[in-house]
Amino acid sequence: MTLRLYLLQRLTAVLMVPLIIAHLVTIIYATHHGLSAAEILGRTRGSLGWATFYGSFVLLAAVHASLGVRSVAADWTPLRSAALDALMWLFCLALVLLGARGVYAVIAT
Amino acid sequence: MSATIQQPRTIGHRSDLFWIAAMVHRISGVLLACFLPLHFLVLGLAIEHAASLDRFLKWTEEPGVRLIETALVFVLAVHLLGGIRVLLIENLAWRPGQKQIATAVIGIAGTVAMLFLLLTL
Repeated sequence: MTLRLYLLQRLTAVLMVPLIIAHLVTIIYATHHGLSAAEILGRTRGSLGWATFYGSFVLLAAVHASLGVRSVAADWTPLRSAALDALMWLFCLALVLLGARGVYAVIAT
Repeated sequence: MSATIQQPRTIGHRSDLFWIAAMVHRISGVLLACFLPLHFLVLGLAIEHAASLDRFLKWTEEPGVRLIETALVFVLAVHLLGGIRVLLIENLAWRPGQKQIATAVIGIAGTVAMLFLLLTL
């Protein structure tokens, strides 16, 4: 992993710390009070705050996870250089697209 | 002149707490990377119909699924706390008590997961 990728992984990790804590608290609170589509969508639909929260969470998680997958693949598989980069970009793109669809589903529909 | 990197010839290091902590962090990261696409797909159910999302959420109340969710909460918490531990080691001077901190990471993550399970029973 290059220094640039290493720093990007650490930066995304630091930025995600408060988001993950907030996500864990939300998970426990919402599930305790009975999770339903109405509860989730009532909280998130049309909310700029939740759109910003989940939108940035998806982007940070996509970058962080794809860098992590690249590191693990470099250590535990025979993949090298270009193949590792291809895996990283494909995984990142898939997460961004699926994540954006998920955020759109709970914010805008 | 090129240096030859010697590969470790034993697996004794695998009983070291720091190696176990690094493995827990790595494996929890792999599990989260596998789970994320599924999580996003479930959220996407709301595009089709809120009822589809409701059917899925009803299914998550099954005891077996609730246990898997508890394990996921543990995995997320242990990766978060293990990550904070890595960031502190990398950016601050080495301090004594690192083994206790590594153990506490597992303990706190387990407590968070148990809290989730108990509050959702």
